[in-house]
Amino acid sequence: MAGDYALEELLIATVADLLEGCGHIAVGVSSPIPGSAALLRRHRDRQAGKRTRVSIIGTTLPEYRTDGGVDLFDSAGQGRVDAFFLSGGQIDGSANINLVGVGDGYPQQTVRWSGSFGSAYLYFTVPKVILFRLEHSRRTMVEAVDFISAPGTSPPGVHRPGGPYALVTDLCLFRFDRARARFRLSSVHPGRTVGDVRDNTGFDFDIPENVPETAPPDAETLAVLRGTVAPDIANPYPNFARRVWDVPAAA
Amino acid sequence: MSDVLLADVDALAAEVPDGAKLAVFKAEGGCAAMAATCALIRRGVRDLHLVTVPTSGLQADMLIGAGCVATVETSGVTLGEYGQAPCFGRAVRSGAVRVIDSTCPAVYAGLQAGEKGIPFMPLRGLIGSDIVRHRDDYRIVDNPFAEDDPIVALPAIVPDIALFHAPLADRSGNVWIGRHAELKIMAHAARTTLVTCERLHEGNLLQDEALAPATIPEMYIGGVAVAERGAAPYGVTGLYDDDAGRIAAYASMAKTEDGFAAWLDETVHGRAPAVAAE
Repeated sequence: MAGDYALEELLIATVADLLEGCGHIAVGVSSPIPGSAALLRRHRDRQAGKRTRVSIIGTTLPEYRTDGGVDLFDSAGQGRVDAFFLSGGQIDGSANINLVGVGDGYPQQTVRWSGSFGSAYLYFTVPKVILFRLEHSRRTMVEAVDFISAPGTSPPGVHRPGGPYALVTDLCLFRFDRARARFRLSSVHPGRTVGDVRDNTGFDFDIPENVPETAPPDAETLAVLRGTVAPDIANPYPNFARRVWDVPAAA
Repeated sequence: MSDVLLADVDALAAEVPDGAKLAVFKAEGGCAAMAATCALIRRGVRDLHLVTVPTSGLQADMLIGAGCVATVETSGVTLGEYGQAPCFGRAVRSGAVRVIDSTCPAVYAGLQAGEKGIPFMPLRGLIGSDIVRHRDDYRIVDNPFAEDDPIVALPAIVPDIALFHAPLADRSGNVWIGRHAELKIMAHAARTTLVTCERLHEGNLLQDEALAPATIPEMYIGGVAVAERGAAPYGVTGLYDDDAGRIAAYASMAKTEDGFAAWLDETVHGRAPAVAAE
């Protein structure tokens, strides 16, 4: 890590750029960095006169609330949600995600995680799904997941307006090519190398001839994050906001 | 006093028979009936088929850890910011509990079929996931109104009992649920619904134009018991906050079977109930 910013701030700014053009961004559970990115995107869009909406599960701030869980899924099914975030205990090179567990012999695997939540539905229905995982290692970025909570791609004929768009980790940014069902390295975070990414990734991916460094957040972005985004994201994520920015929740 | 109003959470727990298909609500928002969960463990209920709507936290984890659950049908059991659900993980790994993996909108859709009295509901997504591969009760069918459009058909979910905590109920058994509209789907789908509430509303909730739209009528409700701080250590929106210290203590203690047993002794079997622990 380099410069006067936190890794979290770099990732938030990176994700906010990916969200350009999304009129309704929804954020699920356990997603403080995606949530902050959505709020940064909305701030920028508002400056430009655009009416971007952000829905955050778990907040009590009225402007980010929906009509409840059923409403989120139903509106996604209708195409009213443009972007969402998913993660996985394992993510593979075809963008399959696993939120269930590690090992053979399902359901009695050697490691059991929480479960698939809404992934098996929202991965199909939301056009721009951004995968997010802070631990980039051969343990998490695997050749093939042990359980497919939600598949990265579907055969022709399966109704699928949505799917993976990008994968953001603590090392780099990948974009996903749906036609080829492969990731392509898009940028490497400051202080990291293409070799670091290759060494820590268990799946094969495309590497262009020139891989740029992920652009660090500029002063204006940092000011917005620290002044505007931080108190709002502290509402659903008080521990995160305290750790990164040392701010309490907005009322 | 009408029949629907029960003396306390233990009387409510006595209404849940062994082997019941029991639907419980997610942790956020304060609708997880935690005091009633402690009472169920005290009563020693066995062989529950637990349906989490659509997820659960401490509630499912404690019931599983206490040996009350044979089957858990869920989209996720987690302690959220506090980590993985330790008893759930242990029980699934050892085979002590049978897990039926689902996805959130599939739980809602199954309950919606239940509330309509129809056998199934179609849902987008899912095709190609290992969830479908392991669910022999799901079917991939052809959309009867279009060519080449496979879609998943989910069987109706009809719980024997729905159980949740609410801010208010009245003596007739009407229950005010605030903004948690999904509780209506759950109550409509279940054969009967048991509710704990923070306090009793004087008068009839359905006569109040402001409260009536968020009220479940008594025809769906089998029993109500007052349980002040009945969602603790979870908070109830607008009334009290999550008790972060207690949830973190659980996450830490339940990592071992001995620690979990100590938690039960302290919060369930001890004379000081979990709801009052500070």
